[in-house]
Amino acid sequence: MPTLTYRDALNQALREEMQRDPDVFLMGEEVGVYQGAYKVSRGLLDEFGPMRVVDTPITELGFAGVGVGAAMVGLRPVIEFMTWNFALLAMDQLVNSAAKMRYMSGGQVGVPAVFRGPGGAALQLGAQHSQAFESYYAHIPGLIVVAPATPADAKGLLKSAIRDDNPVVFIEGEMLYNTKGEVPEGEHMIPLGQAEIKRSGSDVTVICHSKTVTLALKAAEQLAGEGVEAEVVDLRTIRPMDTDTVLESVVRTHRCVVAEEGWPFAGVGAQVVDTIQREVFDELDAPVIRVTGADVPMPYNKFLERAAKVDPGKIVAAVNQVLYREDEA
Amino acid sequence: MSTKVVMEALSPTMEEGRLVEWKKQEGDAVAVGDVLAEVETDKAVMELVARAGGTLLKQIIPAGTTVPVSDLVAVIGEPGEDVGDVGAAPKKPAPKATRPEEQATQPAPDRNRPSSMPAAPPAEAVTEGNGQQPAPKPAAPAPPRGSPSGGRVKASPLARRMAAERGIDLASVSGSGPEGRVVARDLEGAVARAPAATAPAARTPVPAAPRIPGGVPYADVPLTQIRKTIARRLTQSIGPIPTFYLTTEVDMERAAEAREALLAAGGEKVSINDIIIKATAMALKRHPECNAWWQDDHIRYWNEVHVSMAVAIEDGLITPVIRHTDLKSLREIAAESRDLAGRARERKLKPEEYTGGTFSVSNLGMLDIDEFTAVINPPETGILAVGRMVPQPVVHEGAVTIRRRMRLTMSCDHRVIDGATGAKFLQTLKGMLENPLAMVY
Amino acid sequence: MATTVPTPARPRPRGGLDPDRADVYRDWLRQMLLIRHFEEKAGEAYSLGKIGGFCHLYIGQEAVAVGSLAALNRDDYITCSYREHGHALARGIGARTVMAELFGKAPGGSKGKGGSMHLFDASLGFLGGHGIVGAHIPLATGMAFAAKYRKTSQVAVCYFGEAAVNNGAFHEALNMAALWKLPAIYICENNRYGMGTALERASAIYDISERAYSYDMPNEVVDGQDVLIMHAAMERAVERARTDKVPTLLEVRTYRFMGHSMSDPIHGHYRTKEEVEDQRKRDPIAVWSQRLIAEGLLDEAGVKALDKEVIREVEDAYQFAEQAPEPEPDELYRDVYAEEKRET
Repeated sequence: MPTLTYRDALNQALREEMQRDPDVFLMGEEVGVYQGAYKVSRGLLDEFGPMRVVDTPITELGFAGVGVGAAMVGLRPVIEFMTWNFALLAMDQLVNSAAKMRYMSGGQVGVPAVFRGPGGAALQLGAQHSQAFESYYAHIPGLIVVAPATPADAKGLLKSAIRDDNPVVFIEGEMLYNTKGEVPEGEHMIPLGQAEIKRSGSDVTVICHSKTVTLALKAAEQLAGEGVEAEVVDLRTIRPMDTDTVLESVVRTHRCVVAEEGWPFAGVGAQVVDTIQREVFDELDAPVIRVTGADVPMPYNKFLERAAKVDPGKIVAAVNQVLYREDEA
Repeated sequence: MSTKVVMEALSPTMEEGRLVEWKKQEGDAVAVGDVLAEVETDKAVMELVARAGGTLLKQIIPAGTTVPVSDLVAVIGEPGEDVGDVGAAPKKPAPKATRPEEQATQPAPDRNRPSSMPAAPPAEAVTEGNGQQPAPKPAAPAPPRGSPSGGRVKASPLARRMAAERGIDLASVSGSGPEGRVVARDLEGAVARAPAATAPAARTPVPAAPRIPGGVPYADVPLTQIRKTIARRLTQSIGPIPTFYLTTEVDMERAAEAREALLAAGGEKVSINDIIIKATAMALKRHPECNAWWQDDHIRYWNEVHVSMAVAIEDGLITPVIRHTDLKSLREIAAESRDLAGRARERKLKPEEYTGGTFSVSNLGMLDIDEFTAVINPPETGILAVGRMVPQPVVHEGAVTIRRRMRLTMSCDHRVIDGATGAKFLQTLKGMLENPLAMVY
Repeated sequence: MATTVPTPARPRPRGGLDPDRADVYRDWLRQMLLIRHFEEKAGEAYSLGKIGGFCHLYIGQEAVAVGSLAALNRDDYITCSYREHGHALARGIGARTVMAELFGKAPGGSKGKGGSMHLFDASLGFLGGHGIVGAHIPLATGMAFAAKYRKTSQVAVCYFGEAAVNNGAFHEALNMAALWKLPAIYICENNRYGMGTALERASAIYDISERAYSYDMPNEVVDGQDVLIMHAAMERAVERARTDKVPTLLEVRTYRFMGHSMSDPIHGHYRTKEEVEDQRKRDPIAVWSQRLIAEGLLDEAGVKALDKEVIREVEDAYQFAEQAPEPEPDELYRDVYAEEKRET
């Protein structure tokens, strides 16, 4: 199986889907001539031409709406936001138009569009360019929210998202673009709404998605050296959430940590914890602990930034807390 | 250091076990996990395995003996070790994090406390008994439990569930979690508690007809293993209340005649429905197993009969209750049902007037419904759906004649009422309606 | 200036009506009468509590929807703001279906789940009333993009009020439409008030058509009270879109005879009673029926007959909506997500 970067896996998914279905087109800032701000769309303009790889003005609300409108009449747009930070300008189109069109029209008009781009903090980009938006969109009925962690998942989930008849918010990890992994060739499809156990373990469940999967796997490695086997569950799709996989894992381990890059208040983890306490209360041997970004705008200073972000050490500390290991430490 | 082998709770509801056969003999070497003996539980024959390695030093009880859960059955140790003092000191888990002062106040296991008691210190547990629990007093007050919060024992949800399943009193376990919280690992070595020797209700697995002590309105009977299994599997099968339906056709000729006679005699107008309610109450009196509430972890068999009657109101329905239905005359029932129905339609019922029923009757006969199935009104476990009374050609005493017939359909909560149980109740009810004298017999 | 009748910036087309098109002209009058009576009935139903929420009436602007939609083909795309009952009726959605939707009933176009502001009929390319001011302008632009993408001759038409032109979606969309040469027609129904704010109090320039110059986009100012003028302007815009692949901004000057919505006053702090009465003198229905009578294509009795006919139709729609069933409770959770995947 070829080894690809996360970036190239996304590129491959786009290329394959555009080859397969002439209704699929890519639109966004710098996707064409510039080959993509993060080079996800590299080479696509040459292959598919300017009608299918459309460079837009810097006008997020406008081109997101163009994507919704085109999808309303049956095209399958992939709308790239240079980053999800800029997509806040387009939020009305995602929330009020894309998510609600099917319902408001009594099922007559759907919006089979994918909105994609990088999310999460990179390095020292400051407050306006460093944020995780999964929980914003996961709040909205009518949207599907996907956040892949590995190159193989990035490809398989993007292909499924493009073929899905619902509007899909596809949040890529800005820090994951250069990560490498084996990616199956051709028709590699991962159904939306399926979590994956990225590492098995019996002592504690760590639920995570996107970049925190990498962090959780590192934490699990460290914990294994201390005799603690952590099970790492990658949500992959935030909404609809694969609660079965989450709950089955917690039933096995009885202890749980939920990690995400976003802020704590009303975050993705809050939803996970709610589900766990409601469904498997009697299986819990300790309260569930969340690991999140600090509840502040992202600082520029690199030491402060490090303190604000989730890292493997914070996940290890949370695991120790739910295992009541502090006394022994 | 020798290790006690006790009768383990090998099923969630097991309270005692019969040692069928020893698989290891005295002097045999045993390893952890070896099968020591076969034990018959309330459900099946299970294996009792060694929790410690060594040599089987002594079989305390012979094969064929039945002993309560947690009673000593054998001792494992080093060859030649003296087993004389093994039984003296009860084995107690010693979790690492237990604080010294807690250990100092660790009470001896309180054998008299029923395992179904809430995990709370003894002093509180007695007041929580509500007089419903067969709650014998310990001979001497148990020593106070050194729970850090001073009241409720802190335990994780998992630990609470495990303790309940294994019959372990959480108050007797030292918690190793934060602030002494009892967590699952603290229960790993804890000893299951014997059921209270003086709790006959808990000893009798499935009361065929629950014996209800006089003077109390109901008896709470713990779920037996088989009832639990029925409840769990049927719930998985068709929903939270696994319902089945039984239908019978009743010859109403004599009941109708009786009503006409009563009407001719004047006074309160008795309806067919009043007669059905009365008959239902009397039949419930004979079949208390159908006069029950499902209470999730136990079944409440009512000693009193309170029949709920479904009344259609403008935007829904409500079920006012005729209290002590079995003790009331037909005239009283007629007067009360008319009053309740009238006030129900005016929405003037007080909450206590439409709650607390033990069984329901729903009648759509006046709306020309031949038969139907009614939805159980939880926590009640049965409801009778009454169809219309209609003249039909039937064979009666060897000749075809026209007689008034009516169909009754009973919806039964299978967690409490089994097919035959419900059928017997319906049979009695049918008999009473076909021969109204049987009601007062 | 505030009380003068809006006048077109360009001269009216001269010449008489084409007698061969008499049926078409009469049908326009019929459609305008239908909208007028429908809206009056909707207002009545609203005041009786049969219609809930917001209800924005189109009374006074009928000639805009009727004249412009008459120039479209069946496969063209239409999006509107939330003041779209008239457009829905003029596009051919049945009065029963529209009224049932206003009543929130099961046979409504959106199964009673959309309401007055969200009328749809995908089979007629009628893709919504939209509730966020200006937000549907990019949607229409996307539909025009789809027509170009598929190389069809479809056009996408977008109706919005003059208050929408100050928001970003308008500029973003028109810029892209002109940049990419999309077959889009933007119809700004300038009824002079965004809720209670007069155009002069919200916009730095008063001629909305001038906005188009920012994007080098063809534009016209149209008298929206004259259905014939409206139609002619729309035919020119459609021609540009279909053959030249060029978008157009039409500024249509019209007037809202009613309040912003049923829960707003007709006049008050923001406009005078005299102004409204003055504007009512150019009622588009009166303008058109008098023209038809003057040209000898219809007589008073003919107008009355049309009037009676549509009153019956509206009454039928009202009865239908009133008697129609409420949506089934399980409709609550339907249509949130696609239930079946598209075959690929």
